[in-house]
Order: sequence, then C-alpha cells, then structure tokens
Amino acid sequence: MIELLKKLLAPIGPTGMEGAVAAAITEEIKDYADEIKTDALGNLIAVKHGKGPNPKKIMFSAHMDHIGFIVTGVEKEGYLRVASVGGVGIPVSRTRHVTFVNGVHGVVVKEPKEGPDMFKDLFIDIGAQDKEDALSMVSIGDVAVYAGDVFPLGKNRWASPAMDDRCACALLAKLLQTVGDTQDTVIAVFSVQEEVGCRGARVASFAMEPDIGIALDVTGWGDTPGTTQPEIKLGEGIAVKIMDRGSISNPALREELLVCGEKAGVKTQREVLPYGGTDASAMQTSRGGIPVCTISIPCRYVHSACEVIDMRDMDAGLKLLQEYLK
Amino acid sequence: MDLKTLTELNAPSGHEQALRRALLEELKARGFEPTIDRMGNVVVVKPGTGDAPRKRVLLSAHMDEVGLIVTSATEDGFLKVTTAGGIDPRVLVSKRVLVGDDKIPGVIGAVAIHLQSAADRKHVLAVRELSVDIGAKSKDEAEGKAPKGTYISFDTDYVEYGDGYACGKAFDDRVGIWNLLRILDGEYPVDIVAAFASEEEVGCRGAKGAAFAQEPDIGIILEGTTCNDLGDVPETQHVCKTGAGVCVSFMDGASIANRDLFKKTLEVGAANGIPHQVKNGTSGGNEGGVVQRARGGIPTVVLSVPCRYIHSPSSVIKLSDVESQLDLTKALLKAL
Repeated sequence: MIELLKKLLAPIGPTGMEGAVAAAITEEIKDYADEIKTDALGNLIAVKHGKGPNPKKIMFSAHMDHIGFIVTGVEKEGYLRVASVGGVGIPVSRTRHVTFVNGVHGVVVKEPKEGPDMFKDLFIDIGAQDKEDALSMVSIGDVAVYAGDVFPLGKNRWASPAMDDRCACALLAKLLQTVGDTQDTVIAVFSVQEEVGCRGARVASFAMEPDIGIALDVTGWGDTPGTTQPEIKLGEGIAVKIMDRGSISNPALREELLVCGEKAGVKTQREVLPYGGTDASAMQTSRGGIPVCTISIPCRYVHSACEVIDMRDMDAGLKLLQEYLK
Repeated sequence: MDLKTLTELNAPSGHEQALRRALLEELKARGFEPTIDRMGNVVVVKPGTGDAPRKRVLLSAHMDEVGLIVTSATEDGFLKVTTAGGIDPRVLVSKRVLVGDDKIPGVIGAVAIHLQSAADRKHVLAVRELSVDIGAKSKDEAEGKAPKGTYISFDTDYVEYGDGYACGKAFDDRVGIWNLLRILDGEYPVDIVAAFASEEEVGCRGAKGAAFAQEPDIGIILEGTTCNDLGDVPETQHVCKTGAGVCVSFMDGASIANRDLFKKTLEVGAANGIPHQVKNGTSGGNEGGVVQRARGGIPTVVLSVPCRYIHSPSSVIKLSDVESQLDLTKALLKAL
C-alpha cells in the first residue's frame, strides 16, 4: 500500500489542475476496471460492472485535488501575489517550500505586519530578478502547492502534503485492484475540486446516478497535546462518519459499514466531525437524493505541509471496504 | 438598441420585466424566436453553420441589476427597504431612485451633516436605518403607492465622458446583454444558446435553470466585474484595469475556469490582436459556478468587462473594453 501511496503523492495536482494525478491513478487501475473515462470537469471515473442479478450502483469518491496558492499578480520586484485555492492556513504556510506545476520552486513569505493574518500580505519568492523575469517562469493563474516530501514517522506512520486526499485515492485504487468480482457495480470516482466545494463529485454523481454513495476522505484528529476533538485517534482504526458540516450519513448505511468492519476483524471509530465536509455532501443531494456515508482516514495536521496518517488505519479501511463489497 | 437604452431600463433581480419585454421586442424584430423559461430567462437558440454534430455553446449574460425592495412603510410615510443583491450601504445615502413600475421619484434620505454628532459621522448607516422618501404624507399614502415587495432602482442617466469612458448604472451586466445581442448578428460554426438570464445577483438562479434545461457542451459567461484600478491601490490588487481589454478569469469564488478553455481563450485573444487581460483577483462569483456544475459538468470560461464602482448608482467602464469582450467572444466561438 505504501508504494502505491507514494506513487499517488508524487504528482502535483492543485485544485482545478488534477490531470497529472488522474494519469498516475489511471496507470494503477487500468487493468482492474471495465470502463475508464474522464468527464468535462476532469473527474476520473472507473466502472467495474456487478456480476449479481440486480446489481446496485455504488459510487466511491476520493478527491485528487490538493489545496494551493494561485498567482494573482506580480510585483515589479518579481514577487508573486497569491490567493488561496481551498482552505489554506497562513500560519502553517509561512516560509514553506512550494512547487508549481511546471516545476518552479518558491518560498511563501508573509510581510511583517501587525494585526490579523491576511492573504494579501503573503507573497511567494521564486528568486526572480524582477517582474519580467518572474513572468518568464510563471503566469498569472498558475498554482503552487506545498512541495512534495514523503517521510516515515515512527513504525507505522507517514507524513506528506497532499495526504488529503491522495491516501484515499490510494485506498480506492487498492480496492479496485484487490476486490475481484463483485455482486454490485462499483463506480470509482477520483474527483476534482473537492477543496472548493465538492464540485467534481456533484457532477459525477449526477452523471453516474448511483444508488449509494461512499466518500473516502481524511478526517481530523484529537490525540495530540491541546487537541481533543474530534475524538479520533491515529492507529485506532478506520473511521465511519456519522456527521460533519456537509452531510449526515445515512444511519442504515453507516451501521452496515461498521458491521463490515467487525466482520473483517478491523478496528473502527465512530466519527462526529464538528467542521468540514466531504464529497458525500454533493452525492447526497444529487438528483432525487442518495444514501451516503464517508469512510475517513484519521489524519493529523490536515491542510498543512505535513499531513500524517497511520498505515494500519489504511489497511483497516481496505479490509472494511472489501468486506462491504462481498 | 444601444447601451444607453439598456442601462436606463430598470431590471432589479426578480423583476426583470421591463428589460425582458424590450429584449423580446428587439429579438423578434431581428428575426429570432425568443422563448421565456420558467425562471424568466429569455432564451434564443441559433443553429451553427458547421457540420453536424455541432457543439452547443451556452452564452449567458444576466439581465438583472442590484436594487432595493420595499419591506414596510413608517407611520409618517417613509419606505423601509432591504437590498436585492449585494449593495454597500455607503453608496446609498442621498441617491435618487425610481420606485416601482410607475417610476415614482424618491430619494434615500439620511440626517443632514449639521444634525449629526461626531459619533454619528463615524457610523455607517445600515440599510435598515435608511428610509426612502417619496414625499408621502402618511403610511397609507406610502403603502398605496409602494406596497411591500415593490422594487426600487437607481435613477441614473447614462453619460459618455473623458477618454472613451461611460458612467451609468447596471453596467453589470448590461454590457454582457448588449454584447450578447450583437453576437447573435454573426454566424458561427457552433450552435449557440443565448441566455439573457434572471436573478444572477441573488445567486445565479436563472442561469442555473437555463444550463440544466439547455444541456450545453460549453459555457461562456459574459459579465461585468470588479475593477480597483484607483489612486493608491497597488497594481497587484487592481483585479483588472479599465482600458486594458476584456478580462479572462482563471478562478473566482464560484468556479475555476476549465484550464484548456482558459488557455484557448488567451490564445485566441493573442492570435487576433484583441486586447485582453487576466483578472488578478479571485473574490466574487458569477454564473460560471452554476453553469460549470450543471448536470454532468460543463467546461466554462468567464469573460468580463472591468467596471469601477460596480453595484453602485454610478459605475464606470471604458467602452473599448466592451468592444474587446464582443471581439474575443466572437473569435472564440469561431475557434471552438
């Protein structure tokens, strides 16, 4: 699993520019799906037809996009002014190494100013001599993300930017690779633009008309000094979402998934997240409404350059989902 | 029909009748068969000249403008109001307005400077603290002339001035409406669905219905957008600049432009020598958001005319930018 995860963490895929991630995922899953397509917004959609008599359509959605910094202007001295794409925090971004899609490196800097943190006080230093030099390296509208850096943390954990939500992309890809024939039809959506409001999952769920929707995403943590909510611990199992700000999981589906965890002999955690939302919110309110749930991978320091997950939770998630598709 | 006529018509969000009627007449006179859908959008379908199957391109510009709506009348005959669409209360005080379809003259009143305390002067009057004075002597008279739900629009004449600039109300989005009318005069390889949309200023409600119903392959939004090219504002915070051409958006609060379409638009602009600029602000939103996410998703791009003092009784545009929006949209339609 970790080797697959590393492959999917490597491509730069800011929100709205997920093509490189889609290409990497396609390589991994192309032999394990009956159909693969990319839609108008860039969602990568893989379908594996059910072998049962009346197959239900089960859509899984894991988002490919990663929060970033979009260039809005260039100072005459060559510094880039930026806006956030998705929920980017200023304190966690200061003096961070970032990389543009075209490989240009930069450092995020905040002007020394009193008062509240404002995005307009940030700039990216790409080592340009002046505006002209800067514009020979990047264009307005280009996007940078926290530079890729994958490293182990202790025995079971790994840290990287873009763990949100490439770890779920890896989980979904692994599920396709390992699940074999299924009774129900599996629609694996690797979605775009989740970080700006689940835009990809919205159109994919309209087009695919699933009977059931399951989002795969990271969730928060409550097991480090000073952080107690949500009551989620790394390494204590895969989380099954009960509610967040975007959706309330269908109770029957949620309980079914928890039972699947039990049957698979893996640890699960019940998740109530007081913030955030996932692709489940977009699937749930698609067309006439779809029962949804989210399978969450506990993740520390979400939306920072060091998002940490525990591979034991990933394995628990995989086993739970394999059991669910039996 | 010219831009002056279009901006001087009153079409606040949800009450676009006057403009809708004028557009229907104009479109019929030009030989089109406009329809009105249930959201009040005026829709014209113009088949392309290319070989079938042709792409179906939705061009959307919104009819509505920000305005006020009557919520009650006071005992002494003043109207209390709320906004339809986003208006900064600071631009409202002492502006002349027209109330209702009968265009009853009114003024948004406030306490004279002589009578204000030092504290009053530091305080921005909220919309709920403002009253519209229509010269009524009583609550009964005010309610008779302007019952609850009556719309109020800015009373602003269109003027051209200075170095090719124009000042008026509702440039957002009458520039788009005007260009959409002019675009329909041309011939294009693609099928065009022109949507003169309702209720953009309250959440792009008209375009949402139109994009769903019309099932286009591509969406192009014609807009007026914020422009902050003023005084001591640093250039990187201008959003865009009047006179620098039509504005192409890579992202705003509602949508991220389809990357290929965004690039193609810039290429078409460069290849045809059409003045254009990339918007350097990302706040706000427009119909790009709802068109992009209609049904199974639609590649969408937004082309805007920079408007200073947007959403106020007096906004300012440079007319050459309006022509650039027209030229770039036409060239893009031929290159899709």
